[in-house]
Amino acid sequence: MTQAPARPCAESAPHLGWSRDEMAQLVACDIADGSYVNLGIGIPELVAAHVPRGHELVFHTENGLLGVGPPPDDAHADPELINAGKKPITALPGAAYFHHADSFAMIRGGHLDVSVLGAMQVSMRGDLANWMTNEKDAIPAVGGAMDLVAGVKTVIVLTEHTTKTGEPKLVESCTYPLTGVGVVDRVYTNLAVIDVTANGFVVRAIAPGITFEDLARKTGAPLVDGRGERSILP
Amino acid sequence: MIDKRIHSAAEAVADIRDGATVMIGGFGEAGSPIELIHALVDRGVRGLTVISNNTGSGHVGLAALIEHGQVSKVICSYPRSATSTVFPERYRNGEIELELVPQGTLAERIRAGGAGVPAFYTPTAVGTLLAEGKETRSFGGRDFVMEYGLEADFALVRADRADRYGNLVYSKTARNFGPIMCMASRVAIAQVREVVQAGELDPEAIVTPGIFVQRVVEVRTPAQESILVRDGARYP
Repeated sequence: MTQAPARPCAESAPHLGWSRDEMAQLVACDIADGSYVNLGIGIPELVAAHVPRGHELVFHTENGLLGVGPPPDDAHADPELINAGKKPITALPGAAYFHHADSFAMIRGGHLDVSVLGAMQVSMRGDLANWMTNEKDAIPAVGGAMDLVAGVKTVIVLTEHTTKTGEPKLVESCTYPLTGVGVVDRVYTNLAVIDVTANGFVVRAIAPGITFEDLARKTGAPLVDGRGERSILP
Repeated sequence: MIDKRIHSAAEAVADIRDGATVMIGGFGEAGSPIELIHALVDRGVRGLTVISNNTGSGHVGLAALIEHGQVSKVICSYPRSATSTVFPERYRNGEIELELVPQGTLAERIRAGGAGVPAFYTPTAVGTLLAEGKETRSFGGRDFVMEYGLEADFALVRADRADRYGNLVYSKTARNFGPIMCMASRVAIAQVREVVQAGELDPEAIVTPGIFVQRVVEVRTPAQESILVRDGARYP
């Protein structure tokens, strides 16, 4: 299956380190050829456009399709063919539709290789918070995130390194309600690629123009310098 | 002779009474049985418990049912929509109860209910707010939370084609909750784009066997929810 062309980024604010497309490209290049992958809403959606030539990844959308293709032009959008973000998609040759219980059996049963999600906070123990803040009056909504982190073999977070107001998203301990406990394997941000290990956060790569000290200042937990080779996922 | 065809959406929902538990298919607008929901709005029944992934868009479909005060509780995974403030307003006013369930747990609870399984253990949500107060048990050194199967009095779903036996095939990602909701309800009502002769659906390709479906209503050109929302439509 061939993959979707890049969609333009919604935001193009001045940006430290890697761009969103570069972040997505790093993830796409680190996923093993032949993997089954679920992409979350937001920056993770960009990963589909950066699969290396010669590699084939099969993208899953939890509302019921394996073999997600690029978005259609407006004239070919079908309200019955959408992704988990409720946006129009296409189905590639070799695709398969299925109902929700089968879709989540794929997820929970460990059949999917990689889940790429956004995050509000990730703790040094791999706890993930990405479904609600502590805001009073917020309407709680969880969707499929808790199932993905509980069941998919490798869980990748792809997110900006800090919040819009500059607060670290990588922290010692999450202050927001958890999506899962000890579930995150690796984090890709605009500043670094960081593994979550038994020793906490281990830095595998840093974006050009960023020093280890810069990174440490923008991170809310200790960092171990482990720059060099990183493993292919899952 | 078995013939599950019903002439109109109104007739198909005529025995849904106050206080009923109703599963409503759809993921966003894909698979949402909008004509059946509007027939339920027209009936004016109240005190419904609705089991559905979302809580509707704009002021039509499920959002209209909620807006008219007909729903007292929703069991749901994602009750937020960029296009609707109906559920949030009623929820903040304490006018509707919410049981929030992770999406895969919601699907499995429905599947279990339809398969005669009263409860099961899942790894989803362990250690989170959504597991609080629930029984947990360890299998093979890993913790799991117990969840109950869900059953309903009625299911309203949308499929693509049906025959008089109630066999169903769906369209693309509009399949979503349809097959499992038909299994988990005492009376499953399907609105379909086309009713065909028995034998026209390939038995190898039928997604929902007719035993799970009690009523079939043909709606040749269903309203498209996103267009109604874009145009600011309200139901009725």
